[in-house]
Amino acid sequence: MTTALDEPTTTTRDDGSARSLVDTVFRAREISIAGALALLVLGTWISNPRFLDDQGVKDLLLNASILVLLAVGQSVVVVTRNIDLSVGSVVGLSAFACGKFVAGTDHGVLTVLLLGTALGVLCGLVSGTLVSFGRVPALVVTLGMLYIIQGFDYWWAHGEQIGAAEVPQPVLDLGSGSVLGVPYLPLIAFALLAATAYYLRAYRSGRELYAIGSNPEAARLAGVPIRRRVLGAYAFSGAVAGFAGALWLARFGTVVADNAHGWELTVVSAVVVGGVAITGGTGTVWGAALGALLLTTIGSALVVLKVDAFWQGAITGALLLAAISVDRIVTLRMTAALRKRSARHGNGA
Amino acid sequence: MNEPVPETGPRPAPVLALKDVSKSFGAVRALRDVSLQLFPGEAHALAGENGAGKSTLIKTLAGVHRPDSGEVLVDGEPVVFHGPADARDAGIAVIYQEPTLFPDLSIAENIFMGRQPRRSLGRIDRRAVRETTAALMKRLGVELDPDRSARGLSIADQQIVEIAKALSFEARVLIMDEPTAALTGSETARLFSVVRTLRAEGAAVLFISHRLEEIFELCRRVTILRDGRWISSRPLAGLTEDDLVRAMVGRDLGELYPKQGTDVGETALSVRRLTREGVFRDVCFDVRRGEIVALAGLVGAGRSEVAQAVFGVDRADAGEVLVNGRALPGGSPTAAMAAGLALVPEDRRQRGLVMDMSIERNIALTGLGRLGRCGLVRRALERGRAADWAVRLQLKYNRLADPVGVLSGGNQQKVVLAKWLATEPVVLIVDEPTRGIDVGTKAEVHRLLSSLAAEGLAVLMISSDLPEVLGMADRVLVMHEGRLTAEIPRSEATEESVMTAATGRDTKAAA
Repeated sequence: MTTALDEPTTTTRDDGSARSLVDTVFRAREISIAGALALLVLGTWISNPRFLDDQGVKDLLLNASILVLLAVGQSVVVVTRNIDLSVGSVVGLSAFACGKFVAGTDHGVLTVLLLGTALGVLCGLVSGTLVSFGRVPALVVTLGMLYIIQGFDYWWAHGEQIGAAEVPQPVLDLGSGSVLGVPYLPLIAFALLAATAYYLRAYRSGRELYAIGSNPEAARLAGVPIRRRVLGAYAFSGAVAGFAGALWLARFGTVVADNAHGWELTVVSAVVVGGVAITGGTGTVWGAALGALLLTTIGSALVVLKVDAFWQGAITGALLLAAISVDRIVTLRMTAALRKRSARHGNGA
Repeated sequence: MNEPVPETGPRPAPVLALKDVSKSFGAVRALRDVSLQLFPGEAHALAGENGAGKSTLIKTLAGVHRPDSGEVLVDGEPVVFHGPADARDAGIAVIYQEPTLFPDLSIAENIFMGRQPRRSLGRIDRRAVRETTAALMKRLGVELDPDRSARGLSIADQQIVEIAKALSFEARVLIMDEPTAALTGSETARLFSVVRTLRAEGAAVLFISHRLEEIFELCRRVTILRDGRWISSRPLAGLTEDDLVRAMVGRDLGELYPKQGTDVGETALSVRRLTREGVFRDVCFDVRRGEIVALAGLVGAGRSEVAQAVFGVDRADAGEVLVNGRALPGGSPTAAMAAGLALVPEDRRQRGLVMDMSIERNIALTGLGRLGRCGLVRRALERGRAADWAVRLQLKYNRLADPVGVLSGGNQQKVVLAKWLATEPVVLIVDEPTRGIDVGTKAEVHRLLSSLAAEGLAVLMISSDLPEVLGMADRVLVMHEGRLTAEIPRSEATEESVMTAATGRDTKAAA
């Protein structure tokens, strides 16, 4: 027994390679998406140079902005091993409510954004409360919220449509204006993305979201206030969706009852393709944003290449399956590799 | 090996104490009027059988459970822990049997989760986190990279991370629940040297282990629990291992383990050089009709994994399994069942039962094909079968239509057994059949296994409960780190011979 004390470090000599393995895998994800994106843009540009002219780039960025925003909000929820399927209808509700509110008035931009965000927070708090305190599975809660909000929206709108002519000019300017040639919307999306990424990395509560998704039981034992954090994640996702609804109004001017119908699934796809594990605990908002950008770009590229719109859905689906398969295979491979490695330790010691 | 504990003059006040604490879960009274005192600079052992209430006691100290009555005292003052964070803030660190880490986060993050040092604007000081972790690792004498993710760490290293966590907030009380269960000899020695250092620095240690010699090696006093009750707290000096066992069990072992003598028939299950890379290797054994063979070993030795591979839940990398002389195709539980294998898994809540489903439906699950026609299940047959088994196993229930979740642990286990016995197996594999079951029901489960064997069933019993292994088995197979290290006939099986093989002590020289 006494001689054994001399060899306390034998089990740990492979740490360097184990870490680099894990790191490489996760960095590889963001790099490969960026690579795929670059290839796609390059290919499309070669076949049709107008894809990347001033207007083309501007359109691409504008189209991606709202999806990127929603992907950022969704990531924060998915990281905690939950999901928010209600975002699509929250965008719809917020856009219509904001439109109804400003129609024929001269309310300022700030008021509209605040109204949209507040509505979103409200929806997020309802979902979040049911998930965290009511302990109802997130899938069911947010699916329910999706239909409730959508139903309410239809009832409220009654087939009504709010046209751009009724929306005050400053609000419309937010959607179409730009600084130094860059439209506002992508700038806003980027600011929110960077701030969220920083928050998730640099703040205790941000790290705790990852902890909850990685091992809820361990999080509980570490004294992480799980329910509060999950509620917070939903409030954030809701806030972002509500905010995005207000931007939707600013961008398109015309709103109906079912704006952003079906977007929730695109958002979740973007997040998963971007490397945020649907089982929680890993992934970054940068990856999710790249995923959103990739999906948007595919859509735009298909239009430019004059491919039938049907293919967009099919390609998104294929990407999603590929992303999940890659995640799964990588996890299995890694577990097996680590298992064999520690087995060698056990026998060699 | 026994280290004299220095006497330290007048005893300081207890840093942490329980006074007449009781705790119930539904109808189960897990703790009844239990008291405990932990002193700085002293290691205290908590001893008791499985199900004696040790885990509940620990979780009460850790702030996970709140006592129904009685008090938790810190430095003599009554406190109420509203959650694990409160206990941690009081300086109490708990290292659970299965370390609870975040696999996706780095070691440094694991250590500081929820209390990372911060710099301006409330931001985490990541450099301080990393450097403090590196310093802790150095202090513990291990080479773990603070930035490495916790995924894939060995159990021993995971425990080191947990201890580093305790060190990082200068815990005054260190509670360890069977920390050595899955460790090798040298890892245990490393752990003990760390614990001794902490103890010398004035930490109070509460130590739980089924290996009695470890208790004597590390601790000065012992508190014994039995069936949730406090039995005694006394100095270990002057006690023998036999004294401890007697106090823990508190009854004649013969009553608990009613093993009947049986006629051993032909070989029913034959396992040949079964290997699953990195988990177990070259496992060979036979189980004959009428025989109860125990598979003993420490947690993590690979016993459950062998059972899973035999049953086809996991695919083996090499080797074969024969039932009645015919080889099973690998990786097919359906084929295993058809050949007459039955597996009662370790975790009945997760794998053995559908908790929300009724008793009768749970029993019927394995034989749905036989209970109906054209894919439709006939309720009358289902109920009839359930009622037969309920009588045979002395199941205590209200109505057969009640959900299984309302039954006690022991009765749930009987339902799982009924479910598998209803398939009329040739070989029954039971994994930890009496874990977490009260003593009375435990004896009933034992009696049942014994009579099944007497009827000609071949039984392979995985158990970490040493008295159970010694009391029930006709032969004891022992595994250590994925290999079979010993086969001991009933007449030669003693606590010592089994534990020696399980800890790999006699094989060490050869390795």
